[in-house]
Amino acid sequence: MVNLIWVILFVAGIIFAAINGTMDQVNKAVFDGAKEAVAICIGLMSVLVFWLGLMKVAEEGGILKGLSSLMGPLVRRLFPEVPKDHPAMGYILSNMSANLFGLGNAATPMGIKAMEELKRLNGGKDEATRSMITLLAINTASITLIPTTVISIRLNYGSVSPTEIVGTTILATACSTAGALLIDRYFHYRRTRKRGV
Amino acid sequence: MEWITYLSLWIIPGLIAFILVVATIRKVPTYEMFVEGAKEGVSMAFSVIPYLVGMLVAISVFRESGAMDFFINLLRPALQAVGVPADIVPLAMIRPLSGTGALGMTSDLIAIHGPDSFIGRLASTMQGSTDTTFYVLTVYFGAVGIRKMGDALKVGLLADVIGILAAIIVVTLVFG
Repeated sequence: MVNLIWVILFVAGIIFAAINGTMDQVNKAVFDGAKEAVAICIGLMSVLVFWLGLMKVAEEGGILKGLSSLMGPLVRRLFPEVPKDHPAMGYILSNMSANLFGLGNAATPMGIKAMEELKRLNGGKDEATRSMITLLAINTASITLIPTTVISIRLNYGSVSPTEIVGTTILATACSTAGALLIDRYFHYRRTRKRGV
Repeated sequence: MEWITYLSLWIIPGLIAFILVVATIRKVPTYEMFVEGAKEGVSMAFSVIPYLVGMLVAISVFRESGAMDFFINLLRPALQAVGVPADIVPLAMIRPLSGTGALGMTSDLIAIHGPDSFIGRLASTMQGSTDTTFYVLTVYFGAVGIRKMGDALKVGLLADVIGILAAIIVVTLVFG
């Protein structure tokens, strides 16, 4: 499906450029897009380096394990395939906590680390497992308690009450997270049924 | 609600201090461990590059050619029929594709309509309640080399639809 969407984005774009006469913009878009992607990766590197370093300290200090035993019982229902004391659990939980507090920058390295552990659990295969899709669903639905970026934009434009959208954001993310988990469960159910279990 | 702004300033420094103090008490060689963990970040960032270049070029071609605007206009009547204000439609469409694009659009909408208008509040809520699915998918799976994505994209995009609808419903109920 990713392959198809990828090709459609290109082909639809090029066909439209031919019709609208915007081919010069498309030429520019190719190189701008590539440049932006590399810039993002370099920007990501600083964040990855710092947070992965700090997470290693947290892991060695037993803080991740503490987090797992504190919040694990709740999250284990979402990730039934992850063994109780597996390091993946600690990373999943720190990823979710970072998202909750709107620390997008810190959430990404932890999410990647969790993916890495989940891949190890799956014998290093290059296919997405059920737990990986669940983790991804939780991240794209973005459970957020404090949307810091939005609050600061609202502050800049002189909002009377910059934080009044916190409540609506929490409600909306709760809905989208619940929705994502239900959809995830449904697809999992369909997959296992197809395999004739 | 002032405390939330203060709290968000304290979270990261507080977390750093907490981790370092606890690790020190438990006799972890903190700086050495930091460097060991941090090393991984370098190779991880590099391994994401091919995935992100592929995805972002496709999205930027789609956007700059005018194809995205065409599809937004195609969907506009249908969305307006369900009560989605026309001005918010482009934001809803771009949110899963481009994080910086969506952030720019949210700022624009807030600048034009005012942060305390219905559209301003809706844009703020939408920005906070969904994430850039294509980016998350590309970075998370790209960094660890997952090639067969299964249903991941479908689940992510459907979650976006729910997030956007939820934002509209909740904001209408609370502020509408």
